[in-house]
Amino acid sequence: MIDRRLFAQIDWRLLAVTAALAAIGLASIYSTTLGQGGYAYQRQLWWVAAGAGVMTVTVILNYSLLERFAYPIFILSVASLAATLAFGQTVGGAQRWLDLGVVSVQPSEFAKLAFIVVMARYLSSIIVPKKGLGLKDLFLPGLLLAIPFVLIVREPDLGTSLIFVLIFGSMMLTVKIKTRTLAALAVLCVTLIPFAWGSLRSYQKKRLLSFLDPASDPLGSGYHLLQSKIAIGSGGFLGKGFTKGTQASLMFLPEHHTDFILSTLAEEWGLMGSFTVLALFLALLLRGLEAAKNSKDRFGFLLALGIAAMLFWHITINIGMVSGLLPVVGVPLPFLSYGGSFLLTSLIGVGILVNIGMRRFIF
Amino acid sequence: MSYVGDKEPRELRERLFLVKAVLFISFFVLASRFWYLQVMERLEFAELSRTNRIRLVNTTAPRGLIFDRSGLRLAENRPGFDLSVIPEDVRDWEKTKKTLTELVRIEPRTIEARIEKARKRSPFRPVRLKEDLSWEEMVKVESFKFELPGVVLEVGPRRAYPYGDAIAHILGYLGEINEREVARARDKGVSYRPGDMVGKNGVETMLETTLRGVDGGRHTEVDALGREIKTVSKIPPEPGNNTFLTIDLPTQLIARDAMSGKAGAVVAMEPRTGRIIAMVSTPSFDPNMFASGISAENWKAIIENPLNVLTNRAIQGQYPPASTFKPITASAALEEKLITPEEKIFSGPSFRFGRRDYRDWKKAGHGKINVHSAIVESSDTFFYQVGLKVGVDRLARYAKSFGFGTSTGMGLKDEKPGLVPSSEWKKRALGERWYTGETISISVGQGYMLATPMQLVAAYAAIANGGKLLKPRIVERTETPEGELIEEFFTEEAGELAVSPETLEILRSALRGVVEEEGGTARRLMKGGLKIAGKTGTAQVIRLKEREKDIEKIPYKQRDHAWFVGFAPYDDPVIAVVVLVEHGGFGSRAAAPVALRVFETYLSKKKEEEEQEI
Repeated sequence: MIDRRLFAQIDWRLLAVTAALAAIGLASIYSTTLGQGGYAYQRQLWWVAAGAGVMTVTVILNYSLLERFAYPIFILSVASLAATLAFGQTVGGAQRWLDLGVVSVQPSEFAKLAFIVVMARYLSSIIVPKKGLGLKDLFLPGLLLAIPFVLIVREPDLGTSLIFVLIFGSMMLTVKIKTRTLAALAVLCVTLIPFAWGSLRSYQKKRLLSFLDPASDPLGSGYHLLQSKIAIGSGGFLGKGFTKGTQASLMFLPEHHTDFILSTLAEEWGLMGSFTVLALFLALLLRGLEAAKNSKDRFGFLLALGIAAMLFWHITINIGMVSGLLPVVGVPLPFLSYGGSFLLTSLIGVGILVNIGMRRFIF
Repeated sequence: MSYVGDKEPRELRERLFLVKAVLFISFFVLASRFWYLQVMERLEFAELSRTNRIRLVNTTAPRGLIFDRSGLRLAENRPGFDLSVIPEDVRDWEKTKKTLTELVRIEPRTIEARIEKARKRSPFRPVRLKEDLSWEEMVKVESFKFELPGVVLEVGPRRAYPYGDAIAHILGYLGEINEREVARARDKGVSYRPGDMVGKNGVETMLETTLRGVDGGRHTEVDALGREIKTVSKIPPEPGNNTFLTIDLPTQLIARDAMSGKAGAVVAMEPRTGRIIAMVSTPSFDPNMFASGISAENWKAIIENPLNVLTNRAIQGQYPPASTFKPITASAALEEKLITPEEKIFSGPSFRFGRRDYRDWKKAGHGKINVHSAIVESSDTFFYQVGLKVGVDRLARYAKSFGFGTSTGMGLKDEKPGLVPSSEWKKRALGERWYTGETISISVGQGYMLATPMQLVAAYAAIANGGKLLKPRIVERTETPEGELIEEFFTEEAGELAVSPETLEILRSALRGVVEEEGGTARRLMKGGLKIAGKTGTAQVIRLKEREKDIEKIPYKQRDHAWFVGFAPYDDPVIAVVVLVEHGGFGSRAAAPVALRVFETYLSKKKEEEEQEI
């Protein structure tokens, strides 16, 4: 299986960027949770180590295996989502975690990869007319989206279900959809907004409203945002220095080591720090698209594109959210936010990207 | 042509250009945002971060007021002062603790426990140390304010019930929300914070969403000592909505008064509308004790009281309806044509069935009597025989049409359904077949038969109003704080009695006879012009060999429960009343006088109102 020629094709730049991001993540978690005993940092270190191991395996195995087992993987993943709803742990009102004895995992994170795999498999197996897919052609992939989407909405996890829709949209648009169909979908979405609004829970509505008018919920999400902006803005050009951030460590900023980790980083490292992180993310995504471009088959292309899309949306939404450009939805930042499941998912994703990239000359 | 069957992602590659365009644009926007926040707006944010401390203070919304039917205040809000501490601002913990224990009544242990509990929260969030300071305590703390950085007085609305225990079971009380309630509320889309006060019982629970307002809050900027410099933004709290009950406070107070020293319940209701005029359960408690966080000793006293003061006996007490059930047995027999109104049955001192004698309350018996006299004199042996003819299952069917066996659905928490036994019920619940002898007890409302006072008054209201079983109703309407109508509540029918108008007329005339005829068991209710009709009942708690007339000679717990249920005036009923006195002995002696006072109060008030209108 391991061919020396393959080894020579490994995208070291992609791996280096990933390693840099993971290291920055560890440092930031260490800094923000210093006052809480540093347990979060140690746990994250274990996750990084485990993730590196799993990533190595992903790199070695040929990604065409994923194509062959796409549907079983998807079914398994849907089953784990259903199991989460049935027996999952309820944390903070949402049922998102499955207790595996030693650790708790969030099946919805891994489901993102399973969904990308099954979408890539499906979209590479159909014939796409020159004009693009019509409304009827959207039914089956729409169903593939609907199953995990509904299960995750029930948890409830608005942020993650949103990511599924965005991954779906990115892949479908790249494959191409008829202009007329696209227009029809846009109209449909607009008409559905009132219904979607009605189905939201009141705290979710509040978050969206408080984005439009931060003063409307000064005790809840408006407060998050304000504190996050103070943290980022007060970082200035050079930042306050490592572990010197006052906003986060004094717990003015809630969730400072998970979704809002970038606010702390921007506070401590200033514009230099935030631009460095942005540059690393940009490099990561460009390398991901490079893997897609170099892929020898449609499955590989779509797989790489899906993974890049997943990372892209996480990055954009999270940063947009902490900097006050987007409403507060719980979406973690890849490699930086504390949390094992998504870190593992992201690392496996990178592993697949490397895998696709290094097999480009093998026919 | 399209790329049919082509494995090469040629077309897809071409589209990467667009993907990259989206990527670069997005990153440009994000980078610009950081530039804006960290370079352009840097000074302002740096200032906010350094002088620190934009703080968050939430303002509790005042709860909606509760009024009686004529607008008298039953529940209101008063200002209450809480002592809190902001851990972040405290300079000298030892001194703070020592001084506080000298200024107010608080244990150092309590302070530590509360601080410990709040350890995981942000240190700039106030931790409440003592609720509802007295005026003197407040003044003392206020004067020491500058020596105790971090100690703050928070003012917020407190619930107050001016009539205290007189109306406690209707209103309920407030308590700190528990985790289960927080979760349940969240499922309904309502958010509560730990520490919020929430209705724990009665109307306070029933109308929680109406009464509760929307908390406000403000961002304030504070200095290094935690003193507020200015308010950055402020959202005023929205007070909750007001509620008007159907209760008539004067009648309620009289009923409460008449029941003092007794355990039991009184319910008065309008037979035509189902509106509850009064509802009393004794012994009662003072709901004001809960408003500021009840002390451990008070709570202990309440829950350890053997008379269960928190139980609302009007809807949660289940008792055998005893003789008050006889009209139901009578209507079943009449409707099934097992007896005629004129038919006379020999009703002796006792009735023999199987190998047992079933005694009548009257030693001499009643002789040959018809159904009218049997109700008036409350003959037991008459109904033993009639009940046997009807049989338990038919009896159960009629009882259910009178509303027994299911809760009335008036909306108060934990209303009990009572029990209507049937052969099928016994098989299911006890795994035994029905013995015919047991039907004898059921026909006079004893045995397994159980009813709440609320069910009984609703059943009699139905007899009074011509056969409509109504849902008892306690809320008249809800209004916004400005007095705009939100919701009006109307009479709801729960069912129709399975009884013909002729039979109802027989029942009504008999119930009138109970009060007005020679030999009637409630003669003492015959009072100038009130025109009361009704029925007494004496529910056996245990079977005594001989009925002891002098109840003082019987141990309290073995004494019979006393019932009276009736309505007035019988030709145009405006009020139905039920009275239950636990272990009160005979219904005529213990319960009827209470009912009389309620009738008198309400009817004379009614009369006055009518005269004023003319």
